Amino acid sequence: MNTLPVTQPVIEITYLVASILFILSLKWMSSPSTARHGIWAGEIGMLLAIGGTLLQHGIVDYKWIAIALVLGTCVGIPLGLVQMTAVPQRTALSHAFGAFCVTLVGTAEFYLRSPQIPRFTMTVLSTEVILGSLTFTGSLMAAGKLQEVLPQRPITYKGQNLVNLFLLAIAIAGAGYLVLHPGARQLFPLMLGISLLFGVLMIIPIGGADMPTVISLLNSYAGLSAAAMGFVLDSKLLIIAGALDGSSGLILSIIMSKAMNRSFGNVLFGAFGQVQATAAAGQEARTVRSATAEEAAAILSAANKVVVVPGYGMAVAQAQHKVRELYDALSKRGVDVRFAIHPVAGRMPGHMNVLLAEADIPYDRLVEMDDINGDFPQTDVALVIGANDVTNPAARTDSASPIYGMPILDVDKARTVMVIKRSMSPGFAGIDNPLYYLDKTLMLFGDAKSFVNDIVRELAGGGS
Amino acid sequence: MSSTLINGLFVFMLAAFIGFEVIRRVSPLLHTPLMSLTNALDAIAVVGAIVLVGKHESRLSFVLGMLAVIAATSNIVGGFLITDRMLKMFKTSRPTKP
Repeated sequence: MNTLPVTQPVIEITYLVASILFILSLKWMSSPSTARHGIWAGEIGMLLAIGGTLLQHGIVDYKWIAIALVLGTCVGIPLGLVQMTAVPQRTALSHAFGAFCVTLVGTAEFYLRSPQIPRFTMTVLSTEVILGSLTFTGSLMAAGKLQEVLPQRPITYKGQNLVNLFLLAIAIAGAGYLVLHPGARQLFPLMLGISLLFGVLMIIPIGGADMPTVISLLNSYAGLSAAAMGFVLDSKLLIIAGALDGSSGLILSIIMSKAMNRSFGNVLFGAFGQVQATAAAGQEARTVRSATAEEAAAILSAANKVVVVPGYGMAVAQAQHKVRELYDALSKRGVDVRFAIHPVAGRMPGHMNVLLAEADIPYDRLVEMDDINGDFPQTDVALVIGANDVTNPAARTDSASPIYGMPILDVDKARTVMVIKRSMSPGFAGIDNPLYYLDKTLMLFGDAKSFVNDIVRELAGGGS
Repeated sequence: MSSTLINGLFVFMLAAFIGFEVIRRVSPLLHTPLMSLTNALDAIAVVGAIVLVGKHESRLSFVLGMLAVIAATSNIVGGFLITDRMLKMFKTSRPTKP
């Protein structure tokens, strides 16, 4: 092949340019005004990298590559067109796909190269396969829980962490043996199988409310496994993309774990989501005040400043479009309406922002927790829609509460609090919320979507 | 320790630092699209899979490579598509914006 000396540097340069474009792509994500350039950069980088790879020496089978690319596109398009409310499970599923790819490539490389595998290569190859396979099954489990195919409640049993750590230890020991004896092919399926099992067991004890952290963590694992694959294949592009993805997932999981007041070590070992339903038994029957849509509409239209606090309940009820109508109706009357976004509201980082943006609510009306908490004392009405634990004042005051210390939205400091909720049943973590028993709190019982709709109708019919 | 390994570790370390610095600046507003974008970028693992299919060294590596290319491509296509759809939705109320 006399073309080889020419094509190799060309390939390397396409990879270099792709790496630059990937970094720019993430950099442009820093603000909504430049974010769409980021997509272009990413897409061009990706095309360059794939194009460069096709030039690589030794590739003979273009037909099958083309078939696989077309098939992948056919799978990818529907996954790119899912409803916005399904984005968390879609994201979990794509972590699974990414990890699946990495695991398969690692497995193929092992069987191609064994028994001539240098120790370092075998070390990163095992890392790639262990991380990839546990991320694969773990993400599938997470997607199943988010899609509610699997129960969302955490499933725990005695000695769970011990069993999990034991399995992980076996997988790592297997990897260690393979590093020393890469010819021990029969050990490889064992290591693979145990890691796959570990991924399932790792997610079983995790409840829906912890999903933002878990998804971020799986994102990080997927990135790290891809970086490990980069070491195996000696591909700097892959190392860079994997490191970027890994650090992105890590940052998000740190933000999420801080927002839930969990230590980071706790997150890293996956031993979380075990907030037990410490049933608020022995409570004296406390009274709540409830109100009708008509009363709620009257209070809202008399207010100057309203802060809406959306939560997972809004997503479940698909109420975001009705909330936009409410926003429009109140804004037209000169009411200042903003939205307070808790970092872990919903099922993944940024979930609420996407849903509200989908409903055409301008993003400068969406305010982060730290920026809006100081404004609650000057707020006339805080309207909580389908959020619970992130508004629970017990996190500030009750050191016995399981969520004590978690940063919350200080809705209880607003002059009036209205909570749209289906019933008085406690939230996901099974923790009672003292907010509901305050004198200034009005409970609006009903489905989020229909109740907001009723308020909007009252506002429209109630004269100007 | 070979020099490729050392080179790789340097690259990894630098990229991780860049990742931290760049992603720390991403507005929480965009955390969901950020995750779907990194997901698409991460699917660059497709290059490894393409080589496996293209070289066709063994039946096993070919079959695994095919599945890997399909999985990664679906992430690339789906990831960019949904990120774009999400970002299109983010609008500001300030009329000065184009």
